[in-house]
Amino acid sequence: MNKERTKKASILRNDGFQTTISSILCILIGFLIGYIVLLIINPKGAGDAILAIMKNFLYYSSAVSAKKYLGTTLVKASALLMCALSVLFANKVGLFNIGVAGQYVVGAGASLYFAVGLGMPWYISLLAAIIFAAALGGISGFLKSYFNVNEVISCIMLNWISLYCVNMLLSTVKESSTPYTKPLSSANKDGLLPNLGLDKIFSNNKFVTIGVVLSVIAAIFVSILLDKTKFGYELKATGMNKHAAKYCGMKEKRNIIITMMISGALAGMGAGIFYLSGIEQWMIGQTSIPAMGFNGIAAAFLGGLNPIGAIFASYFIQHITSGGTYVDKTMYCTQISDLMIAFIIYLCGFVFFFKLFLNKYLDKRDEKMAAKAREGGEA
Amino acid sequence: MLLLIQYTLIFASVLVLVALGGCFSEHSGVINIGLEGIMVIGALGGALMMKFLGAGAPAAVVILLVVLSSVLSGILCSLLLGVAAIHFKADQTLLGTALNLLGAAVAVVLVRAINLSEDIDNVSSTIKYGEAKSAFVIRIGDFEFNWFMLIAFVVLILSYIVLYKTKFGMRLYACGEHPQAADSVGINVYKMRYAGVMISGALGGLGGLVYITAGVSEWKFENGVAGFGFLALAVMIFGQWKPLNIGLAALLFGFFRALSNVYTGFDFLLSLKLPSVIYNMLPYIISLIVLVFVSKKSRAPKAEGIPYDKGQR
Repeated sequence: MNKERTKKASILRNDGFQTTISSILCILIGFLIGYIVLLIINPKGAGDAILAIMKNFLYYSSAVSAKKYLGTTLVKASALLMCALSVLFANKVGLFNIGVAGQYVVGAGASLYFAVGLGMPWYISLLAAIIFAAALGGISGFLKSYFNVNEVISCIMLNWISLYCVNMLLSTVKESSTPYTKPLSSANKDGLLPNLGLDKIFSNNKFVTIGVVLSVIAAIFVSILLDKTKFGYELKATGMNKHAAKYCGMKEKRNIIITMMISGALAGMGAGIFYLSGIEQWMIGQTSIPAMGFNGIAAAFLGGLNPIGAIFASYFIQHITSGGTYVDKTMYCTQISDLMIAFIIYLCGFVFFFKLFLNKYLDKRDEKMAAKAREGGEA
Repeated sequence: MLLLIQYTLIFASVLVLVALGGCFSEHSGVINIGLEGIMVIGALGGALMMKFLGAGAPAAVVILLVVLSSVLSGILCSLLLGVAAIHFKADQTLLGTALNLLGAAVAVVLVRAINLSEDIDNVSSTIKYGEAKSAFVIRIGDFEFNWFMLIAFVVLILSYIVLYKTKFGMRLYACGEHPQAADSVGINVYKMRYAGVMISGALGGLGGLVYITAGVSEWKFENGVAGFGFLALAVMIFGQWKPLNIGLAALLFGFFRALSNVYTGFDFLLSLKLPSVIYNMLPYIISLIVLVFVSKKSRAPKAEGIPYDKGQR
């Protein structure tokens, strides 16, 4: 029996397990707060609304359309996953890349301009998105390492600058009758990412492309890069103590710049696989930065800053964001899911404290048990 | 020209208020990146109060109630940061980001719910407050004097006095530089940090109100405050965490922000034929350049961003 107990304790002490538990707690409390807000706004439909958010594509009773909308959710989730990877990669090196939103915007601008404006095939456009977004991330990294500019503030400034620039650039490929860019399907068919039969699985949802697979591969790649390579180890060491890393002969300035470039590249690739699937066009003249990047921050922290955890967290966040569009719009607005996500990020701040508390509790319990065992031995 | 001065002053007022808010919070040792969200919530509190007061009330009452409402909403919002950062030792950058998202989401959800309940077809996130807003403005010839310009100036002077000439200010400084030392001489670090965060909430909320009443008489809350909270942080760094320098920095940034509103009134700027987007980008570009020059030797409070742990040496 004693053996069983120690086994149980060891699971509870496992860091991954604790992270999972605390993430689930964050989600539950987030839902609870969302429900309370819905109750305050209008108690009549609150239950249905929260169910609609949880169900998302299951809202459709026919399996065919449910599968189709699952596909759409997956496409959006794959872009979100790339943003989450971008955030967590920078975070491992001790940088808070809030510029993921701007890098995403630049990725969108570059991929659409290359595909629609220059008529390039998809792989060139995707590469352009990656390169330009990496360059933008690199600027923040350069300013941080050589001029000590706080990366959060420089990133925010670059976010707005890139939004205005991309609006200006994409106005050259605008449809004449709408505020959107020309749709890829008519302007340049080669610009669309190939489906490779994936669309057949999701009831012929033509937006499901290799992008979904690419994003998961990227997550695994980031996981290996960070945990299994010398380069990843150097980056993490730089994040933990810049001065110690320098002392050990690592090029800490170069490491910061490279990190921000990789981080930007990941975000740019996210934008590329999203916009090159043809699922949405860019709205020219939009005055706010797309929420995808900021949601990436939520997904990264909810996934416990682990690339594999980010896969599940991104899907979940996209699931409830899409679910928000099914609430009864005569009573509520779709932003209720943004509210829940914001609360979930806020609660993620408490995870560290929660773990500390749990470990303290476990220590105390073990001590008590040890004392009991000793007493028992004496008697 | 007069219009340019007017806009420069009003935008500078916003930046002074919010940057001073950031200054108080950072001097106590808490980084407040959530100023943007606090501004939105403060603006929401003020706008709702103006909406419900309507046109009838006397100007003094309107000013008092609206300012009070936005200050209180700002403080309430900042407490979310305060409790988590001070008592639960949470990551302050993450909390600030959460606060920014939360501010925007709460404002949109609430405003839409109110609009929907009044009119089933009204799905916008806009609040109109034209009548009540006129209480803040006095016309002197062509120049629109706004009471907030005076309030911002008074707050600036007060902040200087509080931070440099009072016991409270000195203690606040100590908590941001070396909290352990402050604690050892009997200063309650937690209390001082709460005070710093709450002052930043009050000033941030007020700044949000000033921002949405600057020149317009309705506000679409989906737009938030367009990065002004972060511009204010840039102003604070440019001002090296000192109130008077912050005042000057805010004037400079306010000028560039005002240019984008009124550049069409200047013949030589029009003759340059730059697209209007350039003027929109200008404040952000200038702040980036300024940061490059001042960040190298910046003297931020030493203990900012580090949760205070009594057991630590």
